[in-house]
Amino acid sequence: MNWFEAIFTAFASPLFYKLTILSALPLIFAGIGGVYSEITGVTNIALEGIMKLGAFIGVAVTFLTGNPWIGLILGMIGGLILAFFHAYVSIEWAANQIVSATALILIAQGFTGFLMKPIFGQEGQTDFVAKIPTVKIEAIQNIPFIGEIFGEISSFFYIAIIVIIGSWFLLYKTPLGLRMRSVGENPRAADTLGVNVKAIRYFGVLMSGVLAALGGMYLALGDIGQFQEQMPAGKGFIALAAMILGNWNPIGTMWAALLFGAAEAMNIQLQTLMVLPSEIKALLNLLPFVLTIIVVGGFVGRTRAPAADGVPYEKE
Amino acid sequence: MTSSSKLMKSRWMSFLVPFLAVVVSLLIAAIIILAIGQNPLKAYGAMIKGAVGSRLSWADNITKMTSLLLTGLAVGFGFRAGVFNIGAEGQMAMGGIMAVAVGLNLGNVPSAVAIPLTIVAGMAGGAFWASIAGWLKAKTGAHEVISTIMLNWIAYHITNYLVAGPFAVGAGVPKSPEIAQSAQLPALLTVQASTIPSSILIAIVAAIAIYIILEKTTTGYEVKAVGFNPYAAEYGGISISKNIVLTMAISGALAGLAGALEVMSVHHRIFGAFTSDRGFDGITIALIGQNNPIGIIFAAFLISSLRSGSNAMQTIGVPDDIIVVIQGIIIYFVAADRIIRTWIMKATQLGKKKSPKTIQGGEEE
Repeated sequence: MNWFEAIFTAFASPLFYKLTILSALPLIFAGIGGVYSEITGVTNIALEGIMKLGAFIGVAVTFLTGNPWIGLILGMIGGLILAFFHAYVSIEWAANQIVSATALILIAQGFTGFLMKPIFGQEGQTDFVAKIPTVKIEAIQNIPFIGEIFGEISSFFYIAIIVIIGSWFLLYKTPLGLRMRSVGENPRAADTLGVNVKAIRYFGVLMSGVLAALGGMYLALGDIGQFQEQMPAGKGFIALAAMILGNWNPIGTMWAALLFGAAEAMNIQLQTLMVLPSEIKALLNLLPFVLTIIVVGGFVGRTRAPAADGVPYEKE
Repeated sequence: MTSSSKLMKSRWMSFLVPFLAVVVSLLIAAIIILAIGQNPLKAYGAMIKGAVGSRLSWADNITKMTSLLLTGLAVGFGFRAGVFNIGAEGQMAMGGIMAVAVGLNLGNVPSAVAIPLTIVAGMAGGAFWASIAGWLKAKTGAHEVISTIMLNWIAYHITNYLVAGPFAVGAGVPKSPEIAQSAQLPALLTVQASTIPSSILIAIVAAIAIYIILEKTTTGYEVKAVGFNPYAAEYGGISISKNIVLTMAISGALAGLAGALEVMSVHHRIFGAFTSDRGFDGITIALIGQNNPIGIIFAAFLISSLRSGSNAMQTIGVPDDIIVVIQGIIIYFVAADRIIRTWIMKATQLGKKKSPKTIQGGEEE
């Protein structure tokens, strides 16, 4: 099969669209997490580290208890705790948010590696554990084409739909959302009007921790059923790019994540449809990263960050 | 102005803050080591022995320090200009790739030509790679953190492509052939099996050169001006975009040099992930060294000691990943340096027994 045929075959198969959605899931969770944090004015480039820690805790707890749902909940709490450390120094101590987030990425990396040996007795990757189950809906399964995409799909897909719609509603249709956005645009004005700037920012950053952890756990508990040292392999940063391209909006972030998901799905499809030498496979792995650079270079400035994004707020 | 606010600004603080960050992180790590049922004193003892306890460990330590010093300089130089170059890892890889591409073909060239050529190729590779992120930031405002991280991954996959395809040699782990003998750097000192590479001298010269550029030249002045206050600098006639690209190029050249020297004096070839996180360690080193080239020399030695000592620690049952946690905690406290500054102020207040009230250190700058 040549390149043209392979690309055409991929586009015509329902599997490509399913892979696109599944590859987008971790980016949707983490990217919307980024929206929560940045919309209140705190940058969080630690999504990568939070995803990693969440994925590890999810797998470790599932390994110890046998129940992936308990793993999922504790993984989210782990993400929340890691995000708290970022929130605390960013909100209370006017820390450099980029540097603090870099610290958390290293802490997550070190901690997961450190605990892997005592818990699993090995390095690099953990044992396989029970996965979060898929959801089968027969009525959908019977529909041609669509059924092959959505008929049986990971529970994370439905969690993502709740997160996307819920976040959009929260941020744009509720008083809390209005307060969050006002704190991210002009904290002084919001403060004058009686909004608790610190509390709102804590909420935003902590939510980013919970959601990024969910994104990491899709990779571990939803997709392959184990934790690997390299996880999430740059997806935390691609999620940031999705947030920027999505104009700091949950729905926009979803569309951007689907675009990156499509690049990943095409990469997977081409590698299975064609017989390729290993060096060409290595080159294909570049696709999502090159696309991210192009997007970040091409769209920054056309979308607009919250005005107070990354600026510590201190009362006079 | 009170004596404490003078203290806040003194040079002494720029030493004390990272020093205390290191001490606190070692204490927290000790608690973590205790939590998995190991003795932290034993662990740190093994680490020190592994880092500086024998000729062999010194040789290993200095070898690691060479590339760490350069990646630390790369990140630190960027910070001085207000640019967060988190991409030293990828720039180091590009430096190594270019050094191999050139060094492979210098078999008939004398060392006096081959060595400088290979070094320049490596620096050019790193400079080019970093300039992409600099150019994107200057032209479109793309944040350098995202673009340099993406460039890291691209460099990583390019390395894998090269060692599996065009450069592939031999069976087993994909790797490139060795560069020509004439392009390899001779050892500075060889005692029995332990070798100290001459590349450490080049790295130290680079540190001094960066010190001179920053402190004694117009370029250095402009770089620092843009880092300190870009708007004022532009008002004063300094081009921000030109300076961002230039800063990234110099920063990338330093990381590229790290990659070239790693190839020329240690591996003599490249393979997947040959940069072994040195670029990321550069961030910790720059922050501990407070972006000062001389401070970075000491910080590089500290981190290379942690790295070389961690293997010895692993043999007595403490996973070596603990040193990544230690680095993370150091960076965390350097980011939130006001916490440490407040501790110092409270400590000095107590020492002088002036007033029972503590001053809110976080409020003034």
